[in-house]
Amino acid sequence: MAYSDKVLDHYENPRNVGTLDKNDPTVGTGMVGAPACGDVMKLQIKVNEAGVIEDAKFKTYGCGSAIASSSLVTEWIKGKTLDQVMEIKNSDIAEELALPPVKIHCSVLAEDAIRAAVADLKAKQGNTQEAA
Amino acid sequence: MVAGRALPFDDKGSHQGAFAYIIACSNPLSIMQDSSTNHFSLFGLPAAFAIDTALLDQRYRQLQSEVHPDKFAAASSTEKLRSMQWATSANEAYRTLKNPTARARYLLELQGVHTDEESNTAMPTDFLMQQMEWRETIEEARDAKDLDALDSLLKDIQAAAKSLQQDLEQQLGAESAELTAAAGSVRKLSFVDKLREDILQSMEKLEA
Repeated sequence: MAYSDKVLDHYENPRNVGTLDKNDPTVGTGMVGAPACGDVMKLQIKVNEAGVIEDAKFKTYGCGSAIASSSLVTEWIKGKTLDQVMEIKNSDIAEELALPPVKIHCSVLAEDAIRAAVADLKAKQGNTQEAA
Repeated sequence: MVAGRALPFDDKGSHQGAFAYIIACSNPLSIMQDSSTNHFSLFGLPAAFAIDTALLDQRYRQLQSEVHPDKFAAASSTEKLRSMQWATSANEAYRTLKNPTARARYLLELQGVHTDEESNTAMPTDFLMQQMEWRETIEEARDAKDLDALDSLLKDIQAAAKSLQQDLEQQLGAESAELTAAAGSVRKLSFVDKLREDILQSMEKLEA
């Protein structure tokens, strides 16, 4: 199966690979996995006081499409608010990367990773506010 | 004699002869879809996760030998076709029951529970962390061409699979059917099976 140029570009030069401190109260960590193919994706976001994502890192074990999907979303979510990134749909990712139907689940994984990271951050911040 | 809908093995497991069975069935594929029949009853086994795999093997071989094409050399073309369709169905049933993950998935399907392995991405975080660590270990061992490290990881993975299978035995047990938890265990086993495949593939490449 041929990968699109955009997938190859992200696969060969993945953006924002790495790890943020998961204990930092301004960092949200989303971990998701796709049982059907065994892919595992970790997406981390760091927000500033204005609620804008100022940094994003990912680590993905999986096929080229899964790596490209996570690399792409780290580019997309930087500079956006939490509400804005919740609007990103897997179909947007699939369309941008021209993913074939059998690889759509990779884009689903990336969308779910964003949601999981935002949920983690909100849970963390909710706890701090209650504690304060 | 065999009734129209009787299976080759009755409840007590006594064998009635696949040939008589094939002749009695108008369409073997319809039998596979009959709600009263399933992969387990085809081999005369109780529908449970813990099965006697030696008995499954034995009954599968018994049935396969009876529908062997040689036995139908002189049969009508309809009977030949039926025996072939029947053999195909028995093959699929055997493959499903032989593999613990597929067997658990099938048992859940029989009870109307889907494991959603294509769409459910929300796995427990500690489980996914462990997956990532294992994937890192595979990658490092592959780069270092370290066959021993892969072999030791393979043992860990097999232990993990065994433990998940023990969970499933309990979750799918008749007295305490925890179907949602069982579906989660099947999803976990899917990951572990994939890891095992990847390790074996890496080992093969290194040994070649």
